Amino acid sequence: MADLKDAIKEKSMNLQKEMLAKQFHDLSQANETGKKVVYTFVPGNLTELILSFDMLPVYPEINALQSGMRKKSADYIKDAEKMGFSEDVCTYVKCDIGMMLNGNIGPTGEKLPSPDLLLLSYTGCFTFMKWFENLERLYPGVPVAMLHTPYQEEGKIAQEQVDYMVKQLKEEVIPKMEQVSGKKFDPQRLSGMLENSARAEDLLVKVLESAKNVPTPIDAYFAGVYYIGPIFTAFRGTAEAVNYYHELWEEVQERMRRGLGPVTPEGELKEQKYRLVMEGPPNWTNFREFWKIFYDMGAVIVASSYTKVGGVYDLGFRHDPKEPLESLSRYCMGCYTNMNLPQRVGLLEKYVKEYKADGFLINSIKSCNSFSAGQLMIMREIEQRSGVPVGFLESDLVDPRYFSYANIKNRLESYFQMLEQRKIILRQEGVIA
Amino acid sequence: MDRLTEIVKKAETLAFDLHFTAARAWKQSGDHRVLVGYLPIYVPREIIHASNGLPVGIMGAGDRKQIIKGDAYYQSYICHLPRGIIEMALDDNLNDMDGFLFPAICDCIRNLSGMFKLSSKGKFQRYFDYPQNFDPAIGGIFYRQEMEKILADIRAINGQEANVEKLNHAIGLYNRNRELIEMIYSIRQEYPWRLSGLDTYYILRAGITIPVEEHNAMLEEVVDLIGEERGEPMDNIRVVITGSFCEQPPTGLIKSIEMAGCYIVDDDFMLGSRWIQGKINNTSKDPLEALCDAYLNQSTFSSAYYDVGNPKGKRLVELVKSRNADGVIFSAASFCDPALLDRPLMQKECDDSGIPHINFQYHENTGQFKVIKEQAGTFSDSIKLWV
Ligand code: SF4
Repeated sequence: MADLKDAIKEKSMNLQKEMLAKQFHDLSQANETGKKVVYTFVPGNLTELILSFDMLPVYPEINALQSGMRKKSADYIKDAEKMGFSEDVCTYVKCDIGMMLNGNIGPTGEKLPSPDLLLLSYTGCFTFMKWFENLERLYPGVPVAMLHTPYQEEGKIAQEQVDYMVKQLKEEVIPKMEQVSGKKFDPQRLSGMLENSARAEDLLVKVLESAKNVPTPIDAYFAGVYYIGPIFTAFRGTAEAVNYYHELWEEVQERMRRGLGPVTPEGELKEQKYRLVMEGPPNWTNFREFWKIFYDMGAVIVASSYTKVGGVYDLGFRHDPKEPLESLSRYCMGCYTNMNLPQRVGLLEKYVKEYKADGFLINSIKSCNSFSAGQLMIMREIEQRSGVPVGFLESDLVDPRYFSYANIKNRLESYFQMLEQRKIILRQEGVIA
Repeated sequence: MDRLTEIVKKAETLAFDLHFTAARAWKQSGDHRVLVGYLPIYVPREIIHASNGLPVGIMGAGDRKQIIKGDAYYQSYICHLPRGIIEMALDDNLNDMDGFLFPAICDCIRNLSGMFKLSSKGKFQRYFDYPQNFDPAIGGIFYRQEMEKILADIRAINGQEANVEKLNHAIGLYNRNRELIEMIYSIRQEYPWRLSGLDTYYILRAGITIPVEEHNAMLEEVVDLIGEERGEPMDNIRVVITGSFCEQPPTGLIKSIEMAGCYIVDDDFMLGSRWIQGKINNTSKDPLEALCDAYLNQSTFSSAYYDVGNPKGKRLVELVKSRNADGVIFSAASFCDPALLDRPLMQKECDDSGIPHINFQYHENTGQFKVIKEQAGTFSDSIKLWV
């Protein structure tokens, strides 16, 4: 196991910590303040719509990953398995159900309120449907609003798919939100929020694309999920989110001016030996150790797919205040896990080229078929198309039984040796300096 | 060999012919014929039939093919079915298929559609999305559009138009098919010893490899034959098997359950062929609408179908009662998220209704059944003792 000292933090990290702490505090007070609570998922989330009804969103995946980081997930998973859930199935689901069985205590130690509405944004992951069918039985009487997001089967979003989603929003989702919140849908308010979303999205893309710089000022995977992305989902549509991304973008620009590398919990990554593109979710139970292996080897992730499950904004999508429901629909359908495999391969290939990556890595997650099924083929395609060395790791989201530090470290060491060899050859051939 | 044994033998051969000889022969014996391979669970086969196509069920390689290349495409924690299908695709077993349909039952099958796209297998590779909204004006329209895409895919290959008459004709044929299958299950409910669960499985599975007309003829004969007394009743318990709708259990597993003293009075092995409950209107001026109505209102319970408002656990309990079964065997493929995530809820419903149950996990190529046989035997004994 790695030896970990106190984590080094940037101003934006502290800001996000405060924002999240306030969010969880507001949630813990929801019963007193009378705010209604909506459980929903990150991919295809309708945060602005929820906020426009003055309701508070809760994201069970985020709770699960937080439980993983706080070393609570192992017990939660065991409790869910005792209830009859198989060892084979998604550990986010088991962790969430285990957390609920243990009093639903959130990441800040405060109790999370029960849902007033289960908003099943069924986007890019089959398990979401099963997850909420289970929650519906565990919270009897709580209404469920189903929003079925059609898959980008043809590699594009068709108008009839948009129409299907808009109809569901109008006939199923919004009426249930009105009923639960006791408020009328206010399209103008929603549009105002979408304006904020688009502003934050512009800034987020700038931050993510700063990794095209050599050296990169950010890590687009570990830092991407640790402090760049989370604010985005829970606060999108608010002025705070816009402020946060302004702050972050300032910080990133400053790093670029000074030629600084990414901040990591171990300090600044000074020597960037390897630039990588990463596919797949991270492991959360040993997140910092996992990150540290890369840090120790001078490797930085310049682009990743997991940071796109909440939206692939770098492909140009922005929420559009002029067409609020259409743009929410297009947003849902555009999320990474709702893209078909050829689209995913195309995106990853583009990342390898545009971010001048030396290699492509997959962290394959036992729990997650939406990502994992087909990844070995994705790997071959990227290898063939881009010619960079590819690597394959295996772990899990929040089940510590499937994170083997020694195994992952060994595999990565061999992989980095391979990258080093390739660099030597490319240097000898005069391809790189 | 008596006639029923002959039929069962033929059905077994057809069911496990991974070269789809009968389907290929059908294609060669006429013009503009297409073969459309579909994966579990359900597709409206009627529209393929009406387009001069033969829908061919691809249920995986089972234990009839050694998987070597397929394993290189899948991690150990993914179910077995897709690796068998990739093996078949790489070994040219599927070369005569003109197109493929991947129904929306899970992320594995969904991503497999992308793998077929990446390798350009067949002239089309279509993910067939089931609407999870059941309002005819919303989900119904979406479903219709999904069907229209398939019709267009086939039309682009053979130029055949599925008109009202052809669609209604196909609907009538598949109505009869489902009716005959249900007749077999009804007879077996009363007299399960007349046709074993395994033989029933062969007969149903054969049906997804041949034209429906031929399958109907086979089923008619079977219904006649098992209408007469045959075999000997045994002191067995009666079970419903659930959770095996996609990756199919190895036949050894079905045999072991039966040998352990269980009559399988219902199951979801070939759920796609039994998906629609009852008849679909075959006299409509708008047969696609009739098919939409059937999907929205007559679908059976399934892990692929959003069930809030009509929970599948309750429907399972109703099935157990209507089949007069003594218990339930939850039998799912390892790593099958849809089946395994539904299991706790369904088990709870069984508990609440006092229905005993056990569960197994398997791979389609599992070869050892000793433990399963023992467990099923103990289950059977305990029910005989206490019920
Ligand atoms: S066996 Fe289950 S997980 Fe595997 S492809 Fe079928 S439905 Fe999906």
